[in-house]
Amino acid sequence: MPHTLAEKILLAHSDVADLAPGDLVTVRCDLVMANDVSGPIAFRMMEKMGATKVFDPAKIVMFADHFAPAKDARSADLQRQLKAWSEAHGVTHYGQGRGGIEHTVLVEDGWVVPGMVIAGGDSHACTYGALGAFGSGLGSTDIAACLVFGSFWQMVPATIQVEFTGSKRPFVTGKDLILAVIAELGVGGGTGAVLEFVGPAVPALSIDERLAVANMAVEAGAEAGFFPADEVTAAYLAGRTDRSWQAARSDPGASFARRVRIDLDAVPPLIALPHSPGNVVPVTEAAGQPIDQVYIGNCANGTITDLRQAAAILAGRQVHPRVRAIIVPASQKVYRQALAEGLLDQFVAAGAVVSTPTCGACFGGHMGVLAAGERAVTTTNRNFKGRMGSPGAEVYLANAYVAAAAAVAGEIVEPSAVAEGVPA
Amino acid sequence: MILEGSAVVIREDNVDTDVLYPGAYLNLADPEQMKPYLFEGLDPTLRDQLRGETILVVGENFGTGSSREHVPHAMLAWGVRCVLGKSFARIFFRNCINLGLPAIVCPDAVAAAEPGAVIRIDTDAGAVTVGAAPFRAAPLPPFMRDMLASGGLVDWARRRLAQAG
Repeated sequence: MPHTLAEKILLAHSDVADLAPGDLVTVRCDLVMANDVSGPIAFRMMEKMGATKVFDPAKIVMFADHFAPAKDARSADLQRQLKAWSEAHGVTHYGQGRGGIEHTVLVEDGWVVPGMVIAGGDSHACTYGALGAFGSGLGSTDIAACLVFGSFWQMVPATIQVEFTGSKRPFVTGKDLILAVIAELGVGGGTGAVLEFVGPAVPALSIDERLAVANMAVEAGAEAGFFPADEVTAAYLAGRTDRSWQAARSDPGASFARRVRIDLDAVPPLIALPHSPGNVVPVTEAAGQPIDQVYIGNCANGTITDLRQAAAILAGRQVHPRVRAIIVPASQKVYRQALAEGLLDQFVAAGAVVSTPTCGACFGGHMGVLAAGERAVTTTNRNFKGRMGSPGAEVYLANAYVAAAAAVAGEIVEPSAVAEGVPA
Repeated sequence: MILEGSAVVIREDNVDTDVLYPGAYLNLADPEQMKPYLFEGLDPTLRDQLRGETILVVGENFGTGSSREHVPHAMLAWGVRCVLGKSFARIFFRNCINLGLPAIVCPDAVAAAEPGAVIRIDTDAGAVTVGAAPFRAAPLPPFMRDMLASGGLVDWARRRLAQAG
């Protein structure tokens, strides 16, 4: 029977002879990840299970990233627990100054290769789909079971195939592609399904842009979202990992729940209005809204590609006096690369602040949360009510060009309005 | 499993994890400490309705967003016995089942439920009654029913570890 790529990956990680959407299967994980928020609860649940040993220390990675550097004594204690547990069980621990945001670091440090199944104690584990891996976002009790048994229960999802055609217009990035997808599917449209990203426009998308796309599959309600591995994937992984992998695609004749086509020739820079990632309009429709803060960073759009885009706008310009601009490189590697390229100096000279890698204010944790009545443009992935602080604040989601342009203008604008002569 | 309780109703669709339990309080790991922040971004007065045995009645795609298990932990700590919805976001649904909190899909029963209504749910039979009105819910797969019957994934794991010796 022909299978989709998602079905093939799950079949290779289970003990059943065959499977189809809707089947309940036990899926083996190649990697289990948790952080300073999901980890400590998972450790409590593991204790309640009566378990003292993990299934395989080499397949477990812990990250202090959500409240790192610790915002208060409670957060510091969570990070202390994470480190102590990691040492006790002999698992890799990325602490402050060693890694950065979990999803970015797992990808850039070669932990992830195509075809893997990764259980992540964070909903944006779907990000690993940028490399053709099945990243499953799970809660802490699921993670506890993964730590002990190396597997989780899973209803086999249907597959929604998303085909990207045409070519990107100026100031359009991976962020706009996924916003267009969420607008098409709706925030619950991917429930019970995975998104498979294919089409003639895909080879031109860098891994950084694929990260932005795969990251927000969960914002359409999907189980996961991935790009089948190609030459871009192979070039990215060369020298980055010693794990073996094979490229795979959906079989001809595989059954898709739905097919969606996004024509990039028709996608302008987009923005998601408060309070839903599905509330997507062209940036021009939101133009003129005065803003208080810009936040460029997070697991969706804190890569060197995003920082270069932000710098293309901010270099030689000034952040508007009304606006606080915060730039958050997603990892220590991105941070150092931006430093080497002179981007950080350009940001600071423009009047922005540069933060250490952290999940920070994206989820309202710390490092730049919003007051009631304030409005922000961010490159993050969620603009739920209260997501970045007060429930009385508004968050607009957009790409790094749009966010940087808003920082300069003090209001939402098309990047082209700010950036004459900027190569897009 | 048979559950009975009084309805607390959240009518909106796409209610997200962040309004159910804001990110600022994710630095808590003890369910008793999580209790005061449930519904904080949605409507804190909803907590005042959580008296005794509660069936939480919700709309479509409830619990969309984050994997934070704090939401069902806090619901259980408040005495919520079951979440009855039009549909659920994936990770929220998993978290509920794993913690032994039944999440039952029955759009017609949701539409019929007014605040304070007495709701009775037979999770095995897929039968829901709101007041005296009967409805059919989609039955849960046997694996999930077993897990719920034993109180969730922790107990399921305990038994598996015990069997393995």
